[in-house]
Amino acid sequence: MVSVLARAGVWLAVLFLAVMASALAVDQGFAIHMGIVALAAITALWFTLRSADYDGIARGVLRFPDQGRYDDDPIRWGMIATVFWGMAGFLAGVFIAAQLTWPWLNLEPYLNFGRVRPLHTSAVIFAFGGNALIATSFYVVQRTCRARLAFPGLARFVFWGYQVFIVLAATGYLLGISEGKEYAEPEWYVDWWLTIVWVAYLAVFVGTIVKRSEPHIYVANWFYLAFIVTVAMLHIVNNLDLPVSLLGSKSYPLFAGVQGALVQWWYGHNAVGFFLTAGFLAMMYYFVPKQAERPVYSYRLSIIHFWSLIFLYIWAGPHHLHYTALPDWAQTLGMVFSIMLWMPSWGGMINGLMTLNGAWDKVRTDPIIRMMVMALAFYGMSTFEGPMMSIKSVNSLSHYTDWTIGHVHSGALGWNGMITFGAIYYLVPRLWGRERLYSLRMVNWHFWLATLGIVFYAASMWVAGITQGLMWREYGADGYLVNTFADSVAALHPMYALRAFGGTLYLAGAVIMTVNVWATILGKLREEKPLRDAAYDAAADRPILPA
Amino acid sequence: MTTIVERHKTLEKNVTLLGICALVVVAIGGIVEIAPLFWIDNTVEKVKGVRPYTPLEQAGRDIYVREGCYVCHSQMIRPFRDEVERYGHYSLAAESMYDHPFQWGSKRTGPDLARVGNKYSDSWHVQHLKNPQSVVPESVMPKYGFLAERDLQVADPAANLTALRRVGVPYTDRDITSALADLTAQADPEADPGDLATRYPKAQIRDFDGDPKRLTEMDALVAYLQVLGTMVDVNAAAAQEKLAKEKGR
Amino acid sequence: MTFSLSTHSTYDMLRHLADSWGLLAMLVVFVVLVAWPFRPGHRAKNDAAATMIFKDENDG
Repeated sequence: MVSVLARAGVWLAVLFLAVMASALAVDQGFAIHMGIVALAAITALWFTLRSADYDGIARGVLRFPDQGRYDDDPIRWGMIATVFWGMAGFLAGVFIAAQLTWPWLNLEPYLNFGRVRPLHTSAVIFAFGGNALIATSFYVVQRTCRARLAFPGLARFVFWGYQVFIVLAATGYLLGISEGKEYAEPEWYVDWWLTIVWVAYLAVFVGTIVKRSEPHIYVANWFYLAFIVTVAMLHIVNNLDLPVSLLGSKSYPLFAGVQGALVQWWYGHNAVGFFLTAGFLAMMYYFVPKQAERPVYSYRLSIIHFWSLIFLYIWAGPHHLHYTALPDWAQTLGMVFSIMLWMPSWGGMINGLMTLNGAWDKVRTDPIIRMMVMALAFYGMSTFEGPMMSIKSVNSLSHYTDWTIGHVHSGALGWNGMITFGAIYYLVPRLWGRERLYSLRMVNWHFWLATLGIVFYAASMWVAGITQGLMWREYGADGYLVNTFADSVAALHPMYALRAFGGTLYLAGAVIMTVNVWATILGKLREEKPLRDAAYDAAADRPILPA
Repeated sequence: MTTIVERHKTLEKNVTLLGICALVVVAIGGIVEIAPLFWIDNTVEKVKGVRPYTPLEQAGRDIYVREGCYVCHSQMIRPFRDEVERYGHYSLAAESMYDHPFQWGSKRTGPDLARVGNKYSDSWHVQHLKNPQSVVPESVMPKYGFLAERDLQVADPAANLTALRRVGVPYTDRDITSALADLTAQADPEADPGDLATRYPKAQIRDFDGDPKRLTEMDALVAYLQVLGTMVDVNAAAAQEKLAKEKGR
Repeated sequence: MTFSLSTHSTYDMLRHLADSWGLLAMLVVFVVLVAWPFRPGHRAKNDAAATMIFKDENDG
């Protein structure tokens, strides 16, 4: 009873503070945000009071969940959240791609490109990717430790707290609440909230490892741990800022100019390195072996992969600032480490692909494995392209152009998206106790739509980026620049249309996944022909009798 | 050797140690690269002319950040012939030393804005922001007409300047006490700007949005755009000498 | 530079280091670190670690 009251008391206090802050807010955005916080606190309060086991408390016997089963509720919610936010993020992406093609789609002020693009990037990275990482890490850590989640209440707080973070960030962008640093746009109070949620996440994850029954910590958990710890470090340092008022949304960051730029890209690059790479590699190291039903190709290689990747990645940030006012030595250091990063990246890719050694036929027969293999292929491609683009002379052409956008998307759509889809297809039937997915043929459709979408996306952005880079630096025989900036914008129009088309294909694949996942959760099984079956005629399968 | 193997086994089985080792390994790169920027004094060569933004310019900058202009416009000219001819002298570290946050950007869907100040008239900017395609038919920029409709609302300009001073922008006490007066006076031809121009050298004092009766968000944004890259006289002899010494370009 | 050495001699010192035993030391450290996971006698443990995810067959 005491603990129920204590928790209810905390939520009541949050509710009270949020209502006060909303009433006294110095700007409208902060008032709306505190209203959202108040709503969340009421909901939390309601569930705390409603779901308490009063009977048990009265009789002095508390109900405990079945300790013989894994704690999968937050993972099930996480799967649904991943699919939901994925759809939201992809839709926002297609929308802004269309805005760049047909600018009349900008609806001022709330749906102007400048406000929707952070919504798109945060939705796919932090909402789609983040939910996938939290859910899969809770799944993997329990299975590899053979232990239930530590602190089940805290695990639920992590899930719901993270959704509150997403809602505050997303609504904030549309309302014009932004810190103006890419991928770190949420304002100070949202940052503080995320810090609290993240520390709780670390506690649940480490707590589960501490109470494990297996002596060894499986390598996927190393990657998850590095992801959680490093993201905490990056998030805190890059978001050191001073609120103008504790009752307003505005803050000014501690760092300015050169220092601000380096800290930001140290953060930004390692958000890629640890959020989108280390965390997703953890998924790869568990789900690829499980789906292929073979152990990882080389466990030793995975150890080298881990330490070299986390050591090298953190240095590479300055390659985002080539030829800027950042000191030369920092640029060179960033370039050298980026190139070195190629090796551990490909080591990891080879380790994942070679896991299929002796089972390559599964690529043909199992569309989920095919998705994972394609993810690894795109991982390899973008981790080659990245080091190449970090070479200063290449970067002088590619920087500021759509080539960068294409590079990011071959990584995000190809690697992060595909490996997440693979994990979702692996997990959903198991989490809801279904015999199989609703439809494997729909997985196949999803695979081809997504792959084709990425091809359109990446190819059009390569052409667009190189076109821009060359047009900007083109000189005529008279010694003057040939093109105005507007000329280069006009030249890109067809490429932008093709990109929007590629994004639409990718979104269509995700719609198919949503239907498939939904039907699987409902327990439906689609009547369909097996994906591949050699013809068999029982009547003909007989010896010819002599006449 | 056995003891080392034993120790390694410990690492594989001890989550605290694993976590701390991972943190140490990832911290090295960041510390080596970032820390020196704060104490190596040639990171930011002091250049004459760089000053804090006026309250109106800063309000315009806050709108620039709010609208996410940085996702399409860079403010960092690289030292290449084509960029220098297209946009002006390459950017110096000192020119963004009071930018909280920095807005160098990473993508040029639109052109660089580091030296856009004084290149176009106020009325061009207003027309362009209201309807970009009416001025540049090929443009894919969104319309920002609502800026001209909205009164500039800065809850407390002095508080903004105070916060900026705390993070290192050298505003004086006088700047802070007169922040509200400065904010309105800079865009109001009727008002007395006092010593605004001496405290903020080269500050442009006039109505920016074509509607002298109102102080709108358009006033603030255009005032900010018009100051970009104008503080440093890059062609002055002294500046050139400093430039020659600036490392790392 | 704020430390007492002049920029030039700091550069010379680091350059000398990078061209001589500093390079050698880094190479040795690298080889040892890479060789470490491949040390003999650990194969069984690695195999056990790699296959541990299949011990859990009732993963629903």
